[in-house]
Parts: sequence; C-alpha cells; structure tokens
Amino acid sequence: MATQIVSGKTAITATINGETRDWLCEPRQTLLEVLRDTLGLTGSKEGCSNGNCGACNVIMDGRLVNTCCVLAVEADETEITTVEGLATPDGLSTLQANFIEGAGLQCGFCTPGFLVSTKALLDKNPNPTDEEIRWWLAGNLCRCTGYDKILSAIKKTIAETNAS
Amino acid sequence: MTTETKYRVIGTRPLRPDGVDKVTGRAIYGADVVLPRMAHGKVLRSPHPHARIISIDTSAAEKVKGVLAVISGRDMPDVTGSVAGGEGGDINMRYASNNVMAHGKALYEGHAVAAVVATSPHIASEALKLITVEYEVLPPVIDVRKAMEANAPILLDDLRTDSGGVKSESASNIAAHLVAEEGDVEKGFAAAAVVVEHEFTFQTVHQGYIEPHACTAEWRSDGQITVWCSTQGSFAVRQQVAAILKHPISQVKVVPTEIGGGFGGKIPVYLEPVAAMLSHKAQRPVRMVMDRTEVLMATGPTPGAYIKVKMGADADGKITAAQGYLAYEAGAYPDSFIGAGMLCLFAPYKLTNVKIDGFDVVVNKPSSTAYRAPGAPIAAFACETVLDEIAEKLGMDSLAIRELNSAVEGDWRAFAPPFTRIGALECVQAAIASDHWNTPLVKEGADGKKRGRGAARGYWGNWDGVSSAIGRLNPDGTVSLLEGSTDIGGSRASIAMMFAEAFGVEYAQVHPSVVDTDTVDYNDVTGGSRTTFGTGYAVYKLAKKMQGEIVEKLAEIWEVAADAITIDGSCYSSNGHSATITQLAKLFEEHGVHINASITAKGNNTSGAFATHIVDVEVDAETGKVEILRYTAVQDAGTAIHPSYVEGQMQGGVAQGIGWALNEGYFYDANCKLKNATLLDYRMPTALDIPPIETIIVEVPQPTHPYGVRGVGEVPIVPPTAAIANAIYDAVGVRLHALPMSPSNVWEALESK
Ligand code: FES
Ligand code: FES
Repeated sequence: MATQIVSGKTAITATINGETRDWLCEPRQTLLEVLRDTLGLTGSKEGCSNGNCGACNVIMDGRLVNTCCVLAVEADETEITTVEGLATPDGLSTLQANFIEGAGLQCGFCTPGFLVSTKALLDKNPNPTDEEIRWWLAGNLCRCTGYDKILSAIKKTIAETNAS
Repeated sequence: MTTETKYRVIGTRPLRPDGVDKVTGRAIYGADVVLPRMAHGKVLRSPHPHARIISIDTSAAEKVKGVLAVISGRDMPDVTGSVAGGEGGDINMRYASNNVMAHGKALYEGHAVAAVVATSPHIASEALKLITVEYEVLPPVIDVRKAMEANAPILLDDLRTDSGGVKSESASNIAAHLVAEEGDVEKGFAAAAVVVEHEFTFQTVHQGYIEPHACTAEWRSDGQITVWCSTQGSFAVRQQVAAILKHPISQVKVVPTEIGGGFGGKIPVYLEPVAAMLSHKAQRPVRMVMDRTEVLMATGPTPGAYIKVKMGADADGKITAAQGYLAYEAGAYPDSFIGAGMLCLFAPYKLTNVKIDGFDVVVNKPSSTAYRAPGAPIAAFACETVLDEIAEKLGMDSLAIRELNSAVEGDWRAFAPPFTRIGALECVQAAIASDHWNTPLVKEGADGKKRGRGAARGYWGNWDGVSSAIGRLNPDGTVSLLEGSTDIGGSRASIAMMFAEAFGVEYAQVHPSVVDTDTVDYNDVTGGSRTTFGTGYAVYKLAKKMQGEIVEKLAEIWEVAADAITIDGSCYSSNGHSATITQLAKLFEEHGVHINASITAKGNNTSGAFATHIVDVEVDAETGKVEILRYTAVQDAGTAIHPSYVEGQMQGGVAQGIGWALNEGYFYDANCKLKNATLLDYRMPTALDIPPIETIIVEVPQPTHPYGVRGVGEVPIVPPTAAIANAIYDAVGVRLHALPMSPSNVWEALESK
C-alpha cells in the first residue's frame, strides 16, 4: 500500500508499460502531469484537461482512463499501458503500422489517444461493429482526419488479426 | 486520371517519414520540449471584454516562493510598423504587440494583462491570483452591426475607416470598406426573371486544433533568443518575436516542433514573445502552455459576420446579377479576411454584373485569424443557399444550374486577374456523374424522419509564397532534404515525392526534415494551401539544380563535355560512361566531391481550387437534430501527389464543415461574456457524428506548376455548411439563414414554418 509522505509528497509505485516506476507526487498532480513531466512519457497529450478529447488516454488496470482526470496518487499499485508501450523491440503493432499505412493520422496529436483507446476496445471486444467502434471512440477528438481513415485503419487491423 | 502512367512517384501512396515517431509517442510537439533549469510561465487574463487598465500591482505575486518574475504591458517595448504576415497581408506590429500583452486597454475577455514565471506551473498559477488589476470597465460591443453604428463604443481610438485609401475623419470600429464591382447590377437585376435576397448571421467559430498553443523560449545573456514552438511558420514567429521585442532578427532563432493542428490558427504569436520576455527576466528557459479555455478565449478564431446576398437569374437559369454585402467581425484588432470572403463569395460563377461591399469591423472578441479558407465558408453559405432557392423557383436541378453558370478560364473574379485554367466545371460534372447523385434518396426514414439531399460549391484561391530547401547527396546515394515549411499533415511525404520525381530517384532515397530558421533560408508560412504547391515547386528547382551540379562535376571526372552527358531518371551517361545516382555518390566520395545545393523560390499560382459537395441528411422534426447520412466531396487537386493525403484533407475539411454547420459557435451572455470555452460546451464532431466521407479527386493540372499541383487543404471546408442547409430544406422545407443549424435552431425554424 501507499504511501509515506515525504515533505508533502506521496511516494507512488506503478507498473508502466511493464516496468516498475516510482515517484513522489503532490496531491494535486494529475496522472497526466506525472506521466509527462516526471516520468518523461510525453506520448500522452493534453488537449483539454477535462476529459473531453481523449488525447491523454491510457489503460489503467484494464480500464481506459483520461489521465487528465485521474490524480497521480490514485495510480499507486496499478498497471498502466501508455502509447509508449504499444510497440515491441520487434517493431510496431499491427494497429500502429496500419495507422501509418492508411493515413490514419495527419498532425498526429490525437493519435496516441486513438491508439490506446482502440487497444482497450479490441482487448475487450476483438470484433466490434462499425457502430461499436465509433461509439467507443466518441471520447477521442480528431480535428484533422474526419475519422474516416482512422476507422479504416482499425477495421483493417481487425481483419488482419482475424486472418492470422 | 493519368497520373499513374505519367509519373513514377507522384500519385503513389508511400509511408510518411514521420509516421513511426507519431504512432509511438516519440514525436516532440510544442509542450514536449524540456530544457535544463526550465521554468514555467502563466498568463493573467482580463475578465472584462472591454476595460481600461488603471493599475497593476504585482508586488504580492513577486513575493511568492518560487516566483521568478512578473511582467505586464509596461515591460513590453512600444512598437510601431508592420511585418509581412503572408497571405493575410501585413501584420500591424503595434496591434500584434498589444494583443500578446494589453497596453492600456483590454479589448476582449481573456486578453493577456500580465504574466508570471515560476519554478512550477502550479506556483505560477497561484501567483496569478495575487496580482491586483484595477479596471475601468467600458461598455463592450460584440455584434458587427452594432459595432458599425455611429454611437457604438469605440475600441481603438486611432482607427479610421479606410475606403479605397481614403481615411475617415473620426475614429470608427470599421477598419476598412472594400468594393469589388463589374458590369451593372441594376441592369442585371432588371433582366432577371427571378430575384432572391436574404440576410445571414454567423457566430464566431474556432479552428479547434487538438494541440493547445505551446512554446519554450530562452533569452541568453548574450542576447541570443531561441524559441521552440508549435507553429505554421517558423520565419513568421521569428519576425513577430523580433518586432514585438524590438530585438535584432538575426538574434532570434525559431525551432519548429511537430504541430498538433493549426488550420490557420498557428500563424500569429501569442505566447512566444511573452515567454522570451519572462526568460529574459528570470534568466532561465521558460515554457508556456495554454489550457483549452485560453485557446478558445484568447487565440484567433474565425469571424462572426452579417451577410446580405441578392442574386437574379433569367428564365433559363443564367445568373444575370449578383450582389453581396459582407460585414465581418475582425475581433479586437483589424483584419478579418474580408477580402478573401469577397473573392470567394461568387467565384464559382460566371458573372457579368456584380457588386460586393465588404466591411472589416473591430468588436470586443478575440482578434480573429485565419481558419481554413478564411472568410470563404460563410460567404459560400449565403451564395449557395440563395442560388439553390433560385433553382427551385425555376424548377431546375440544383447541380444543373451550377453547371450552367460555372466559371471557366478567363472569367472575372474579385481582386485578382481573370481565372487561368481551372477545374470548376469539371468538379460539377463529376458530381453530376457520381454514384451519390445518381442513387435515388428514400425521402423518409423507417421512423418517419424526413430525409433530404443538397449540393453546394466552393472556391479557394491558393497562395504561392516563398519556399526554401537544401539538398545534400549522401555517399550512399540518398538525399537529405532540409525544408523550411512546417509539416501540418503529411507534407514531408508529398514534398519528398516531388523531389524524388524530379531528381530521378526513389521516394525511399529522400530523407526530408523540417529545420530551424538558422539552417534554411526564408520560408513563408504553411498556409493558404501553398506548401505542396510552393515548396513542391522549390524542391523541383532544387532537384534540377543538383542535377546540374552533378553533370558539371561528372564532366570533370569523366573528362567529357558537360553537354555530352545525358540524364535518364537516376542514370547519367556519356560516351561509354554510365552510372546511377548511387554509383555516382560513391564515385564523388572517392574524388572528394560534394553535391549540395540550396534554393529559394517563389512559384506563381494563378488560379485556385474548386469543390462540389453532395450530402444526404435526416432531420428529426421533434428535436431538430440533423443527422448526416451520406457525404461525397468532389475536388480539383490539379495533380494528387499523395492521394491518401489529398483524400485526408478533403475528409478533414468536410468534418470541420459539418461541425460548423450543425454545432459550433461562440455563445455569449448579455454581458458579452463567453459561455462555452471548454470542449464539453464547444462541441466538435466525434466519430459518431461524421459518416464515411466519399471522395472524388478531379485532376485539372494547374498550368504554372511543373507537376500541375493545386492546393488542396482549404477548399473542402467551403461547401459543407451550404450543402447541409440545402439538404435540410429538401428534407423539411425550411431555409435556414444562420449558423449553427443546431437542434434548437432547426426546431425553432420548423415551429415557425
Ligand atoms: S486532455 Fe484528457 S481528455 Fe483531453
Ligand atoms: S490527426 Fe490531428 S487531431 Fe487527429
């Protein structure tokens, strides 16, 4: 369990992308701030700071969360997957490769959030319908693509996963 | 069309070079820059839309532990003059300076009045609360027509109305009155069988890029300033920072980061000069990042407006006259892209009798800036809905009247020479031939909801501008291509493709990168749909220059005459010698020869791009909610360099247009305060709101570009609002004359039908 207080800060331990990380944080710090500024995981992006854009999404103990709405102290003893944890030393995940190949990104700022959200969906439901994908991703805003090529990249990934 | 056969690289769909970084979270955007000893800046903003600043007391904030410095308008130099702002004309630097930090008066809610730098962003935010500002609150005006009235509160005491170079005697909120005229409208309307006239009102909307503005600045003790920031134009930032800080431009270096969307909104500076000044005071690098509310309140949205359009046609449907009155809200400082709005208003049509009056008007809203085809979408909404009504009155098909009247080469347009070769007509014809237009629409859904189909057109005049690039042939036969154009959506790929095509190598042999202002020569902003056109033109010339250098060096090594060397793709031969680029690169390395070249070039873009869109909607009469069922966008790309990115631009523009049509708008209360400055309340379309968007790329090559490129980024946002309005009319028989066509507005219109 947590948590000794060190000069007003709390010591937190979590498994992030398979690695044990610990840090000291102030009670007011969000998980997003800690990921980005304390742990150097700047792949999670801040687009709105209040749960409306999904750019900061990570998977925490199997649940998709907006890290801008999670306090960092709540992450103690959790297991977290961020966008930095999607590729392996052998290369990109199929989803990542399909986003590039299918032009599922333009500016790329929303991309980490979409990749993580989609992974959370496919972990739970490997064969979602179009409507289920769109519904699930309605918490992720993309202002560049019109979503069309994001949907295609995801559908191609599902088809390829099923075929393999 | 025939791109596949004509070109080796152009028209293919290679992987973008920055893709891996962007799907792994490694790409560095504005807020991701970290420097040793970095401190954090925050801005205090005016709660009043219009107020005189009497005094600012920062003493309590300065005493907070961790606070390094506090600044306000009096710490910023007084500046005059202007710098080139690219497409929008010159930027008045006094206004730009006052916009980044108010001097004397706050002109909109959210206007910066002071800034703090501290060791953490939290401390900086806390310290802001301890700054005391005494305001004399002044009456605000946020509606364009009210701001034009004689007794309106005046925002800028020195502003005089410029009417064709003649300045008004007294101060006014009308910065300019522009006129564009051809033929005789009175005669034209007299000859019409049908005349339709309507008034329209439009709310302010925001570009809505997902990345908030962010920068890091370091002002070293030797005077050297370096700015890392997310921008559409590193050289524009350099000019503006130097001018606002009255600093030698040679001592300002701008390093562009990856940019998380811009759509025109990341051309002006907001934070950069403030961060630099804070760095100067604190003697540390300073990072500043806006939150979403600051982005919506205090960066440059697109203007709200009042528009009146009158059009007449004869019994055959030929337009006999067209007249427009456009009054655009510039926000706190002049320049609302009124000229662009006037140019685009009737541009898709062949007109002989036309008159357009345009007014650029300051109001107590944030200073507006470009948003994708700035000025055009609302103008097109007016023209395209009026024309639709004319077609209906004449019993004509809505695309047939658009085909009949389409502008072609040689036709008049406002403020620019007549069109050269354009693909306007080809777009309408492709729409008429499309599967969408030829598939009958079932006019009622299963649950009784009414369905309708609409179409509309749009124009955007592409800009050319100056681009620079550097090419270096590496010993392994690849080329390092350094560019000054920031990449906001895949341009590194399309530019590298054009270079590869011209240089005779494979796409994979070209390694493009976007570099800082000290590394490459001057480069205009990524805006005005110019990058693929203008930077593509520059790298084409660069490739030819490098080929020339290769020939020259090869002639020495092979001991042949330079003009005896022939180039076939990547193969150079003469007199029994023959070598590919890869072999040559090795040969040059052995001889200690280096092939480097740099180019600064300005293309000449003489026409622009057109689009025709078709949309099917379903209207829920009980709630007023409009659902988009099917959408087809047709657009002339000149030549589609990387078709996936052309389609992506079309789809993205349509999605923004759908948001503008159905949901988006700034909502103000009776005290002129913005009520929806979050992404919960400023609701942009999600994946649930946007259907698959079908794309049809028409290719009518631009005559002045080596590969026929037309800009593709902006025009797709022009037709959607009108196409959707026309479809709503087709479904439920009400014509809407304001945006957004939100459920409540549609419901009200249905109720008062
Ligand atoms: S930053 Fe967390 S949802 Fe937008
Ligand atoms: S790619 Fe830019 S916001 Fe999605």
